[in-house]
Amino acid sequence: MSDIFSHEKTQERLDTLNAFIDAQANKNDALIAVLHRAQEIFGYLPSELQLYIARKLDIPASKVYGVVSFYTFFTQKKRGLHTISVCMGTACFVKGSEKVFHAFTETLGIKNGETTADGKFTLRDVRCIGACGLAPVVMVDDKVFGHVKDADVEAIIAQYAEKGSE
Amino acid sequence: MAKQRTHIMVCGGTGCVSSQSLEMIETLKALIADRGYEDEVGIVKTGCFGFCGQGPIVKIHPDNVFYVQVKPENLAEIVDEHIVKGRIVNHLLYQEPTSLKHLKRHDDMHFYKKQYRIALRHCGLINPEDIFEYIAYGGYEALGTVLTDYTPEQVVANIKASGLRGRGGGGFSTGLKWELTAKSASDQKYVICNADEGDPGAFMDRSILEGDPHTIIEAMTIAGYAIGASTGIIYIRAEYPLAIHRLKVAIEQAEINGLLGDHIFGSNFSFELQIKYGAGAFVCGEETALIHSVEGSRGEPTKKPPYPAVEGYHGKPTCVNNVETFANIPPIVLKGADWFKRIGTPTSPGTKVFALAGKINNVGLVEVPMGTTLREIIYDIGGGIIGGKAFKAVQTGGPSGGVITKADLDTPIDYESLKAIGSMMGSGGMIVMDEDDCMVNIAKFYLEFTQDESCGKCTPCRIGTKRMYEILTKITEGEGTREDLRKLKTLGHMIKDSALCGLGQTAPNPVLSTLHYFADEYDAHIDAKHCPAGACKALAKYDIDPEKCIGCTACARVCPVQCITGQPKMRHTIDAAKCITCGACYTACKFDAVIRP
Repeated sequence: MSDIFSHEKTQERLDTLNAFIDAQANKNDALIAVLHRAQEIFGYLPSELQLYIARKLDIPASKVYGVVSFYTFFTQKKRGLHTISVCMGTACFVKGSEKVFHAFTETLGIKNGETTADGKFTLRDVRCIGACGLAPVVMVDDKVFGHVKDADVEAIIAQYAEKGSE
Repeated sequence: MAKQRTHIMVCGGTGCVSSQSLEMIETLKALIADRGYEDEVGIVKTGCFGFCGQGPIVKIHPDNVFYVQVKPENLAEIVDEHIVKGRIVNHLLYQEPTSLKHLKRHDDMHFYKKQYRIALRHCGLINPEDIFEYIAYGGYEALGTVLTDYTPEQVVANIKASGLRGRGGGGFSTGLKWELTAKSASDQKYVICNADEGDPGAFMDRSILEGDPHTIIEAMTIAGYAIGASTGIIYIRAEYPLAIHRLKVAIEQAEINGLLGDHIFGSNFSFELQIKYGAGAFVCGEETALIHSVEGSRGEPTKKPPYPAVEGYHGKPTCVNNVETFANIPPIVLKGADWFKRIGTPTSPGTKVFALAGKINNVGLVEVPMGTTLREIIYDIGGGIIGGKAFKAVQTGGPSGGVITKADLDTPIDYESLKAIGSMMGSGGMIVMDEDDCMVNIAKFYLEFTQDESCGKCTPCRIGTKRMYEILTKITEGEGTREDLRKLKTLGHMIKDSALCGLGQTAPNPVLSTLHYFADEYDAHIDAKHCPAGACKALAKYDIDPEKCIGCTACARVCPVQCITGQPKMRHTIDAAKCITCGACYTACKFDAVIRP
């Protein structure tokens, strides 16, 4: 069980989601759009939330799960405060992104898709963010770091570790 | 509005934005105001210039001076020297890697010289968030012409006559697709723009959407008129937030100005546009899978026929075209099919945008006429290989394509010629590889990708690519056998013949193509347990540090397979192909000169 509905702002969040769902002109098509919005609001899509959405849209929960698990953009696990995405697209790969990724796993002590014990960082690989001119590329949340070398990894992490939780 | 003498154009594409170009625009505005030039000098946030490897880019118009790798601390210098005193800031100019000359003008640069821009015509030229700049450059004129002077049949005939083919990779005739959708009788039809650029290493669609969003709106509206659709849907990757933002701005502006909505240009034609988000699935580039995704379901492909032109979105006739394809439509309408046919090759008219990346000096987006050779793209436009290393291969068509070797560098590129040499056009990703790249490892990389992205619906793709990936892993770890090579080939051909959709049918291509052109590398991995490029870690061998080796010959004397050579008192070397990694040399060396793998 996740604690998705035990957050103090749960009702507020659900209201936002409900308003979005009600505003959809075509409920049949809306599932992916709703999931995008739900992930924006709640951060991730655990099964309780999937069930909630299924009931709200009046579709089987299995369909919701099918879609959530199909697309890599959706996550069913709670993410850390900051998400570090290392690009593993071809352009970055030939420029040595594997080494950069390895440096992140070593420094953070976690594997692909995992979150650090303190909940600060989630590490994942992504398939091309379209900034091939800057390869190898690392994205921390929405900020893009270009021409990253394995030696730069510690500095990047330090930059965010200090920020703490807000 | 005051007439401005100079414009400072700052790239607002994703690459440059990530290097703080937007903050630089604010700094420039403040600097210009501080020096009292705000009436004379305009600052324009443009779309991508294409030269992403050299970003952030600042261009001064009309002087045509092109500054590269501009940092915030350079801005005051640009304003005080160039804008105030009229002196060019030499150290910020682009330095050509071959001649080492600093080039002042945009059009002197080899990177731009051989390009011919149709799809990218406005990128780096106009402010994508201002509809009036688009209109000033002839925007919406094609739509106006079509709605007032042409019948839908004439529009279709015109596009068909131009010979334009789908730029997303398939290469199907765009005019024919429109014609088929136009002929399907239905009360409702749809136009869909495929902006789910999934090919890793290709970013032209993103650049067009970010740099010239109105061109897509205009072209989709023209398509809607031609096929009889009143609704258009742009299916875009959620990973492209900037492109999504600019599209939203553009759609709103078009609606306000009566260029989208009811009775466009006072005609009887009405058209509305919606944006739908993808969620990261490569297979959604396939049109039937894309349509299912737009409908809110898993993006799994279905069997064709029925084609979307007959039965697509919600069972209605649907025309799906790619971003770059759409970007070609307004110029074809304005300049005519004959103009377009004069560019490129007879079977593939027009231009193609390629995303040049990998081990190449000039990384970025290049648009060249079809029929340009790879040699021209890599050496003239791309400025050759980084660090003067040896060119090994270029991969086109991404995970669906294949490698092209030195022997085929002079092949004029079009849909047919690339297919003939075992690759494909694809969406235009072009990854250049040098001597340090192991082709077996690259094939493994692509298979890992397709295996990961396989939707799992059909067995050949779901299980077949997994088995191929396992065999490749085995080979890169030095466990491969001859039998594995035979299996790879049989399996590859079987998947090609039996997979349901384009993803599966083309997934074996990187393996089959590298097996064909780089058989010797596979052999080395299997027979000598040696990776010639030195990329496969499991096969790494001992090496000698040239700085530390004093030529004592101790290592050569203990080597059981005599793979160490060198004169006494001279640097010794290890033949990695023969080394059995026994470690005897490492133990024998007293100078710490032998490097362990």
